[in-house]
Amino acid sequence: MSGISKRFGGVHALRDVDLTLEVGEVHCLVGENGSGKSTLIKIISGVEAAEPGGRITISGKEYPRLNPVYSTQCGIQVIYQDLSLFPNLTVAENIAMAHHLGGLHSVNWASMRATAKATMARVGVEFDPDAKVSELSIAGRQLVAICRALAADAKLLIMDEPTASLTRHEVNALIALVSELKRAGICVVFVSHRLDEVLEIAERVTVLRDGAKVGTFAADTIDGRKLSHLMTGKSFEYQVQAPELAAGPVVLEVKDLGRQGEYEDVSLQLRAGEVVGLTGLLGSGRTELALSLFGMKPPDRGTILLDGQPIELRTNAEAIHRGIAYVSEDRLTLGLILNQSVTANITLTVLEHLVGALGLIAARARQSHVARWVAELGIKVSNPANAVKTLSGGNQQRVVLAKWMATGPRVLILDSPTVGVDISAKDGIYEIIRRLARDGVAVLMISDEIPEVLYHSHRVLVMREGRLTTDVAAAATSEDALRQAVNA
Amino acid sequence: MPEVRVASFDRFRRSHEFWLLMVILGLCASLGFANAQFLTMQNLFDLLTSYAFVGILALGLLVVLIAGGIDISFTATASVAQYVTLSLANAYGANWISVFAIAIGIGGALGALNAIFIQKLRIPSIIVSVATLNIFYGLLIFFTGGKYIYSLPDWFATGIFWFEFEWGKDSSYGVNLQILALALAFLVTWLLLNRTNIGRQIYAMGGNADAAQRLGFHVFGLNILVYCYMGVMAGIASLIQAQLAQSVAPTVLVGKELDVVAAVVLGGASLMGGVGTVFGTFLGLTLLAVLQNGIVLLGVSSYWSPFFVGLVILISVSATAWSQRERRTRSARQ
Repeated sequence: MSGISKRFGGVHALRDVDLTLEVGEVHCLVGENGSGKSTLIKIISGVEAAEPGGRITISGKEYPRLNPVYSTQCGIQVIYQDLSLFPNLTVAENIAMAHHLGGLHSVNWASMRATAKATMARVGVEFDPDAKVSELSIAGRQLVAICRALAADAKLLIMDEPTASLTRHEVNALIALVSELKRAGICVVFVSHRLDEVLEIAERVTVLRDGAKVGTFAADTIDGRKLSHLMTGKSFEYQVQAPELAAGPVVLEVKDLGRQGEYEDVSLQLRAGEVVGLTGLLGSGRTELALSLFGMKPPDRGTILLDGQPIELRTNAEAIHRGIAYVSEDRLTLGLILNQSVTANITLTVLEHLVGALGLIAARARQSHVARWVAELGIKVSNPANAVKTLSGGNQQRVVLAKWMATGPRVLILDSPTVGVDISAKDGIYEIIRRLARDGVAVLMISDEIPEVLYHSHRVLVMREGRLTTDVAAAATSEDALRQAVNA
Repeated sequence: MPEVRVASFDRFRRSHEFWLLMVILGLCASLGFANAQFLTMQNLFDLLTSYAFVGILALGLLVVLIAGGIDISFTATASVAQYVTLSLANAYGANWISVFAIAIGIGGALGALNAIFIQKLRIPSIIVSVATLNIFYGLLIFFTGGKYIYSLPDWFATGIFWFEFEWGKDSSYGVNLQILALALAFLVTWLLLNRTNIGRQIYAMGGNADAAQRLGFHVFGLNILVYCYMGVMAGIASLIQAQLAQSVAPTVLVGKELDVVAAVVLGGASLMGGVGTVFGTFLGLTLLAVLQNGIVLLGVSSYWSPFFVGLVILISVSATAWSQRERRTRSARQ
């Protein structure tokens, strides 16, 4: 395709973009939020039409524009981040969904099962075709989505952020599968935020910035630093934090903590002013441990000490009362009320402090409270009365942080704080975390991304199969050592 | 393939339908012991005949719930269809085919009206159907003055009686209009939902509406079809009700919505869409009928009936939620 432009209400979402995709190649599309990746995908899949002047050529045939029917006929399949599966239907029906399209006809369950089984065999998975998709894990659902694309005879498979909710093992399996597909002559386009994966999987990388193409590069000619420079126009330096920053007294201590079937024998200390990174695979018990510290999954055994005093946390209200705050992994479903305003979200945790006469919320106190946090965290919003869903991912994450920082926490637990946030917004979030630590807050940061915990923590913990296996100063370890500890 | 059969039986044993079936069997056994009248052919045919109206409406509502919507205007739709159809039949004469055609046409048209508001203006279906319930019913009461129709065409009042057979002393049974219509409604709805691609698209749309749109489903058309189907069921149900009551009363149907909702929800359909089966609805309807009938046969005041129906809904929904939570924690621990 060449000369592709698209405008939404005068704003250029894409400007004169050219892109060539070859048979059997793995091509990564990277760019920050708003760089035009999604728009480009929508034009390829025919959901949006490009402006006149652009040309799309598929296998030598030229199209002025595509629509979803043409592009499906040409073998273009998109797997969106939410996978677009039907959780209430069976695996077979989801894979063989094409059987259901078209005018009224009867359903042939036997041929649908056969199609599903044959496609699953191509991919090398074996699910019960009669199982409901809702019974599968996220990784399993993704495989079903890939099978559905293959069953629809995909020649070009576009995957939008396919690794966002997968564990490292599952990502490895996906990467292996993608190379299989490539051998079968299918072109795979990967859209991802995770630069190390991009470089691992891609042969060529196309970088978009502000709707324009920066360039297409062979993956072996660039590294992560260069790529993030190309995406943002700025350069970022990773650095290990100086360990002397973490010298405060122990705020929170955990001794021999355990919870049946989730984690056991966990002992750790969090000091004031310290950022502690916690990593491990999904299911390693890290999220469950964090929820125990926040009173949502009370432990069966062991003790939690706050300032040396044993405490019991049975509900999260008790934890909040004692100065423990938790920013959940899935900010969209657990951390924010998307349809409500920035103001409503930020003040949610501190309503009792904003109460004026008659026990009603004092509008002025609320306003100044919100103005303070919007300024402090640099939340980009034209009017705090706007709904949170209108903000970008990075700004949404800041709203969540503001909500919890407003409670004046002494211990802040952050579960995957930068998932779905682009690089420059990530840097802003790290800056906030550093500042909180300087102010004496003990921060426990949970993350899948090893560089994130290594370069932004003072100390790194690794959990594996429910046990805390590593507790090491960030300066005394390396990415490779941590990767080994996580996957061993 | 014995393995497959074991697996599907295992799945059935864990399903809502299985537990419902157990509860119904238990209830029937105890009612049979308590009152000899309960497990008689007479009572069975009476129950089928008198619950046909609720059952046919429940099948229409099932389809709407699976598609991810809701409709409670169907009793008003039925009242309008009944009144208009039988007034026309009285005035101009008609036969079975023409009365059903008219009632189905009116029901379908009113259903389509709901669908247009819901789909074109994106108004939540509950609000649209509350509004249209009142509009349809209000207009009907205004134009008819609430007057009953007692004189119906002779052929209509006589009804049908097929496959007559003798059972016991001096009693003969057969398939009447109500039972025939109920059976056909079950068959057609089952075929639609399980054996046609349109039915599977309805399930899919209820499970994930965005994905349905992306895969190129004709979402508007599907919704028109779903609400029309509800309306058509209301039209059919209205006629068999009039035939059973031997009169047309514009005020008696509205208010029965919650019985229908109860039957469908007891049968395991979800108000969130995408979930529900014809078999489940059959069991839900059976449970509702057995409960209400049992209360009468046990000599308990029928004023208790809503209480027990409510209690059973609450218990059944809680039991399903509880067993799902158990299964989730168990699989999380593995």
